[in-house]
Amino acid sequence: MTSMRASTVAALAAVLLIGVVLELIRSRRLQERYALLWLLTGGVILLLAIWRGLLGVVAEAIGIHYPPSALFAVAAVFFLVVLLHYSTVISKLAETNKTLAQRLALLETELEEHRVEHAPAQRVA
Amino acid sequence: MWSGRSPAGTGRRLRLLKDGGRDADNDAVGERTFLRCLAIVPAFNEEASVASVIAEIRDADPRFEILVVDDGSTDGTRELASAAGAHVVSLPFNLGIGAAVQAGFEYARRRGYDLAVQLDGDGQHDPADLATLLAPVVAGDVDIAIGTRFAAERHYRPSFARRLGIGLFARVVSTIVRQRVTDTTSGFRALNRSGIRLFAADYPHDYPEVEATVLARRHGLRLAEVPVRMRYRTEGCSSITAPRSAYYLVKVSLALMIGLFRRYPALETR
Repeated sequence: MTSMRASTVAALAAVLLIGVVLELIRSRRLQERYALLWLLTGGVILLLAIWRGLLGVVAEAIGIHYPPSALFAVAAVFFLVVLLHYSTVISKLAETNKTLAQRLALLETELEEHRVEHAPAQRVA
Repeated sequence: MWSGRSPAGTGRRLRLLKDGGRDADNDAVGERTFLRCLAIVPAFNEEASVASVIAEIRDADPRFEILVVDDGSTDGTRELASAAGAHVVSLPFNLGIGAAVQAGFEYARRRGYDLAVQLDGDGQHDPADLATLLAPVVAGDVDIAIGTRFAAERHYRPSFARRLGIGLFARVVSTIVRQRVTDTTSGFRALNRSGIRLFAADYPHDYPEVEATVLARRHGLRLAEVPVRMRYRTEGCSSITAPRSAYYLVKVSLALMIGLFRRYPALETR
């Protein structure tokens, strides 16, 4: 049954996704706060892949006649949420990065002024 | 008003009429009789023109201290500006014009300058117009004076597409700020302490001028346009190309629209 195979593939993909995310956390390449959305995504895909009754209800509710399509539609929504979330994270990073660079440049200027003011006499020549 | 010439270095006894009293309150030194003025010159790889811009500002008004904000230049901009006697703040990498100018305003705010003038490092703004630009700010009539190309002279002839964009934004911005604005893209501006404080705290990222005008008005600052001459670039080439113009148009339009629905917290600008 095609539908059964699609569910199996989706379940395996979800397990793989969760496994990779957990490994990234373990090796400190991914912070927990940024992993939660991924784990939620993997969890929802896994749930819908193995609980086919629920998938049927969801498919019916959103008007998709072929349940595996509903599964991928749900997954796509979660990916979009993750991407949008990262866009906000990047914007925040860009803002803090800008402020840091500005403060650093201002501090360097002030430091240089202090160096000149307090330079030992023999070094001024 | 210091439109008249006074001997170099002496300065005239001037006070910001509007802000004078308040400044004295938060100024530990006490009453301020001399205005400290800073010319902020953002420069990204402008080694060909930055030294002459500095010299011209000196000639036009020797009381100005000059700050060159080197926006991560890879040429000799920083060294040349420093050798020409300007203060230099050197950003560690290219942040874009908005962030560079904002760093300049933060510098002015931290050091308690009374007036700041922003003019480009490529020499398109004529320091000879400094007195004209400053007049309404010094008189206390406005918080920000914007040098505009269109009010007076007829030399400036931008390309059709550019004219269209400029005209469109002029129309939109004029409507939003309920005041006639003809040149929204001008980066030749004079600001008092209120303006400095606002822009040090909040300034748009890229192509900032249009949004900055609206931002200032929404925060209750008073604006005026002052006719100035603009010169064609003497060296280098303008950073505005066709795809960038398209980006400019879309980005600024979006920012203006969103801005209408944004609340503007009462910043401590006064």
